[in-house]
Amino acid sequence: MSTSMAPVALSIRDVRKNFGATEIIRGVTLDIAQGERHCIIGPNGAGKTTCFNLISGRFPITSGEIHLNGERIDQLPPHKINRMGLSRSFQITSIFHRLTVFENLRCALLWSRGYKYSFWHPLGTQKALNAEAERLLEDLNLHDRHNTEAGLLSYAEQRALEIGMTIAGGATVILLDEPTAGMSNTETDYAMALIRRVTEGKTLVMVEHDMKVVFDLADVITVLVYGQVIASGPPAEVRSSRAVQEAYLGALEE
Amino acid sequence: MRMRELIFALVVIVLALLLPWVFYDWAHNRHSGFMVSMLSQMGMMIILAVSYNMLLGQAGLFSLCHATFFGMGGYTTVHLLNAVGKEGVPIPMEVIPLLAGLAGLATAIVFGAMATKQRATAFAMITLGIGELMATAALMFHHFFGGEGGVSTDRMVDRSLFGLSYASGIQVYYLILVWTVIAIGLMYYLTMTPLGRMANATRDNFERAQFMGYDPRMVRFLQFSLAGFFAGIGGGLYAITYEIVTFDSLAGALSANALLMAYIGGTGVFGGPILGAILITVLQSGVSLLSNSWLVYVGVLFISMVMFAPAGLAGMIKAHGPVRRAGRMHALIVPYLRLVLPGLALVLGFVGVVELLSFYTIGAAQGKKLVLFGSPIDVKSAIPWVISFGSLIVGIVWMKFESAHFHRVWENLTVDLRPRR
Ligand SMILES: Nc1ncnc2c1ncn2[C@@H]1O[C@H](COP(=O)(O)OP(=O)(O)OP(=O)(O)O)[C@@H](O)[C@H]1O
Ligand SMILES: [Mg+2]
Repeated sequence: MSTSMAPVALSIRDVRKNFGATEIIRGVTLDIAQGERHCIIGPNGAGKTTCFNLISGRFPITSGEIHLNGERIDQLPPHKINRMGLSRSFQITSIFHRLTVFENLRCALLWSRGYKYSFWHPLGTQKALNAEAERLLEDLNLHDRHNTEAGLLSYAEQRALEIGMTIAGGATVILLDEPTAGMSNTETDYAMALIRRVTEGKTLVMVEHDMKVVFDLADVITVLVYGQVIASGPPAEVRSSRAVQEAYLGALEE
Repeated sequence: MRMRELIFALVVIVLALLLPWVFYDWAHNRHSGFMVSMLSQMGMMIILAVSYNMLLGQAGLFSLCHATFFGMGGYTTVHLLNAVGKEGVPIPMEVIPLLAGLAGLATAIVFGAMATKQRATAFAMITLGIGELMATAALMFHHFFGGEGGVSTDRMVDRSLFGLSYASGIQVYYLILVWTVIAIGLMYYLTMTPLGRMANATRDNFERAQFMGYDPRMVRFLQFSLAGFFAGIGGGLYAITYEIVTFDSLAGALSANALLMAYIGGTGVFGGPILGAILITVLQSGVSLLSNSWLVYVGVLFISMVMFAPAGLAGMIKAHGPVRRAGRMHALIVPYLRLVLPGLALVLGFVGVVELLSFYTIGAAQGKKLVLFGSPIDVKSAIPWVISFGSLIVGIVWMKFESAHFHRVWENLTVDLRPRR
């Protein structure tokens, strides 16, 4: 378990989720401290993405409780959870295909900058907002793609945009679902440097299959197998855990 | 707005101001009634089509009840005009379209709250239901809708901010023009606001918007309501022009027309539906004088656009942008010219077949005769049928061949102009 004394950002209490008759998440309990870099690993179909879907409000939970900075969120719709400071990315890239890269990022900024459903601000003259979108574009190394339709980007560029849209709103808790999946080694290195940079000082929960990335980044690793947490703790502890060796890591490292 | 677009818009407005004078009948010192009424009709249809595209093109909402808001604006206007004229309620004529818009807005708020909770097919079905419901209501509630006869009024209420009587069509036309410019201007402005942009975003990816703090249902609801506001303005202008509003102004056929105009013009470009509205109005006013079958032509045009040019007229024009910027338009001249003859054969053959059929059936019943270039044509003899069908078939085959050629030329010309991946 995490030894840090930082307050808990995200608290998951005995959460269960059924799809039809099958229980996919079978009683997950986790505390994630503020500022922690928390990686969730586990075999395909373990329920990692489903956990993200439950935390972010995409699916209702079957039972249990989820708290964000002490406030209960498991009954709230996604947009309300997002407004409380939690943002997520998607394993399958989820962007606005027909909008330009710049527009995608600007859209991701709008709510947190207080524009809400305004139909009176002309976007073109919102200097601070536009400057911020430009800065994000630079951060993501996408500045030369400013006016490109997002649907026309390369895969790696779309993944970068996906991360950018997730962090744009200034959420304090960031969930990233396999941000580097399908990337080459160089692309992965670049993406990880980017993720470190843009999530500085924030709580990061990341699902990741690449063990090198995980052990490099994580303060805490949680191993999810078949809808249950079989281990959770600092990397060294998890690496040496017998249960993990048997259930998961051993199989992967061979 | 970029400078070029602004200039283009200004040119169009000046053109709209001058057009009635181009067709002025100097011999009799009067305006061409045909032109003025066609241009007036164009104005309200442009508002209808562009406001419809706030849903279809900008928000990805396939609505089938847009005429409801147009019609409610219209009915409200006739009642307002009657109140002004008969009871002396002090509302100037120039302001009435705004009130019609508010009636459209109120209606859209009520129905939007129901419809925009649903997505895709369910949304389309609910709007279809709303359209039918309102059409039925229009026939049932005589006090407000006047039953089958509708409600009529007299627009010469003698209350104007500028001392105008609106006795002549040209004064009404300029009122329509002013309101069309205002409405289109506002709708354009909306596309540049956070709501407008989020409408695009929820169109592209309903789900993602939720994880950025936006409730996509609220985005759609607001967009739907505002679209209803503008449609209401269009309906108000309709009522002022025709001085009667019947159930047609909110029935399904007009909703379908809004869809047709927006789609044919092109839903992906702001100005697309304007093009569509102009084209359909010209067809409606012009071709309907010449032929019983003008609706057939509109229908076939619509089907062809869906099949061969889903981006619409504006989309086709836009696709030439990169070619023009690369200075390669000249390479398209010959390929385009090569499409003219097969195109003519196709169109003439098709028109021939449709008209022969029409005169063979309805025409015969009405005792009309088909006359071409001053000589009557016997629709019972074989020759015109053979020529028409022959021309149609030759046109189709030839067009297939030529369009394949055109396609090859186009591909070669644009292969290096496409955005890199
Ligand atoms: N909406 C759904 N309806 C029914 N079953 C679902 C749904 N979403 C996920 N599942 C099932 O839940 C299980 C866990 O899926 P999930 O996507 O959470 O796994 P994962 O750990 O993210 O796997 P991967 O590493 O492949 O991404 C799978 O068996 C999947 O088929
Ligand atoms: Mg997954």
